[in-house]
Amino acid sequence: MFDKLVIANRGEIALRILRACRELDIRTVAVHSTADRDLKHVRLADESVCIGPPASAGSYLNIPAVLSAAEVTDASAIHPGYGFLSENADFAERVESSGFVFIGPRPDTIRLMGDKVCAIAQMKRARVPCVPGSDGPLGDDLAENQRIARAIGFPVIVKAAGGGGGRGMRVVHTEAALGNSIALTRSEAGAAFGNDMVYLEKFLEHPRHVEVQVLADGEGHALHLGERDCSMQRRHQKVIEEAPAPGIDAATRERIGAVCVRACEVIGYRGAGTFEFLFEDGEFYFIEMNTRLQVEHPVTEMITGVDIVKEQIRIAAGGGLGFTQRDVHIRGHAVECRINAEDPHSFAPSPGRITMFHPPGGPGVRVDTHVYSGYTVPPYYDSMIGKLIVHGDDRAAALARMRSALSEIVIEGIRTNINLHRELCRDAAFLEGGTDIHFLERKLAQ
Amino acid sequence: MDIRKVKKLIELVENSDIDELEIREAEECVRISRRRAPEAAAPAPAHLPASVLASAPAPAAVPPEATLPEGHVVTSPMVGTYYQSSSPGAKPFVTLGQPVQPGDTLCIIEAMKILNQIEADRAGIVRAMLIEDGHPVEFGQPLFVIEPA
Repeated sequence: MFDKLVIANRGEIALRILRACRELDIRTVAVHSTADRDLKHVRLADESVCIGPPASAGSYLNIPAVLSAAEVTDASAIHPGYGFLSENADFAERVESSGFVFIGPRPDTIRLMGDKVCAIAQMKRARVPCVPGSDGPLGDDLAENQRIARAIGFPVIVKAAGGGGGRGMRVVHTEAALGNSIALTRSEAGAAFGNDMVYLEKFLEHPRHVEVQVLADGEGHALHLGERDCSMQRRHQKVIEEAPAPGIDAATRERIGAVCVRACEVIGYRGAGTFEFLFEDGEFYFIEMNTRLQVEHPVTEMITGVDIVKEQIRIAAGGGLGFTQRDVHIRGHAVECRINAEDPHSFAPSPGRITMFHPPGGPGVRVDTHVYSGYTVPPYYDSMIGKLIVHGDDRAAALARMRSALSEIVIEGIRTNINLHRELCRDAAFLEGGTDIHFLERKLAQ
Repeated sequence: MDIRKVKKLIELVENSDIDELEIREAEECVRISRRRAPEAAAPAPAHLPASVLASAPAPAAVPPEATLPEGHVVTSPMVGTYYQSSSPGAKPFVTLGQPVQPGDTLCIIEAMKILNQIEADRAGIVRAMLIEDGHPVEFGQPLFVIEPA
């Protein structure tokens, strides 16, 4: 097991990683920007190193700074968390060539899955069902692109190969709009990802977002920990997640789980990962794979009892999978609400000092947050300040518990989306289950 | 216990008015005592920043500094290891009291096997050298105080 690990992230996930390290007796190094000296995990870590200015480019995305901090503290491993450098294949490569262990997949796996066109091609070879699409990048021939779009059937969606996570996408309803949409998406992609390759997919009108969590040891053994439903989204950002997905029976779970496990074995996957699907009319369509820990991993932890972060670290330390598929049991239902520091109407970020923070508690209530009374949310990073997670014997019990927890939680001094969550957990359609990825935006537009 | 940490604790005791400091970390314990001449009264610590006295030192990488002389503080632009000369045993780039011009090399910060020269950005006299040779430094950590010419 590692002696010392660098947590190359911030906020709630850095604290999550610190907790796993503490339980595994691994000493922690918190690297942070000048704006983050008061982060909870920085205060709790065994060592802390300031690596740069507030702007992420100079700190959390600064590869030499992170590596240098690992060097001066004599760490053995680096956990990238989610976001930031977690899916940066170059970073993973440099971590390894500098003599540290990267907690995650091999660099070439990250590279493969990071290019969405390659990922889809690879998944097709592994016989994972995919969204009907252009099956490759689009060229510059408008007539050809129109032909491809007609074959898929409108509406279609233009996606950036270097994008993902909801970024670099544009829906096209008519052939007339296709040329412009492709051009715009290309130039946005070039600017945002340094890669202007785009592809087409069929735009599904009422899909749900269902994803499968996997663990693999990098030696050809993999298993799945069930699925999550993350359909409650606004502008491609998840707002509420739950596990298991409503209306998916055990047989369907085993079927799609086995498909993902086989894909892991084919690509030689190592560590934790998530296969994201659109689920419509009983069919799964692969859209992308996330080669990292996900924000919503707690709901899977609550229904399986598996500590995914500890498993990531154990796998990276060469410990392999500590259990088999037969040992995985889904029990009850879990729901997670992402708490954001944002204006409830405009959704603009709302940084500032939290004058009073009071978390809820009780059986089946879990709060993953780094904030505390008196903590100042800085303006430089994304607005998510915590996750409220509940577990119940079934979906109705979990939602009742979430309503209860939402009534107890207090965050004063900044604006948050807590009221939105309270409203959603009373919404008739959500309570029934199975709402699609457009549901929240339609509701907000009313 | 990390020898770098112990050295920092020693510096902390020397630079403050603390007589005795004991730190326990799991099973390890360090105690550092200052031996005072009996007739020396403990000086009133009014000149020290309040934070040094108020808080117990946390096991973080940066010790609180004692008062710095007046002048322009040169801080580290990166994380790495501080070296006062171009190679072991060579003459240090600067010494206390030495005048410097903009562009003069003050020290080296080594990060990932690359030796980065840190240059003075103002003319003046070196009034404080805050880091020991071979010690790690963080981004923003004070390295030198230069009294402007």
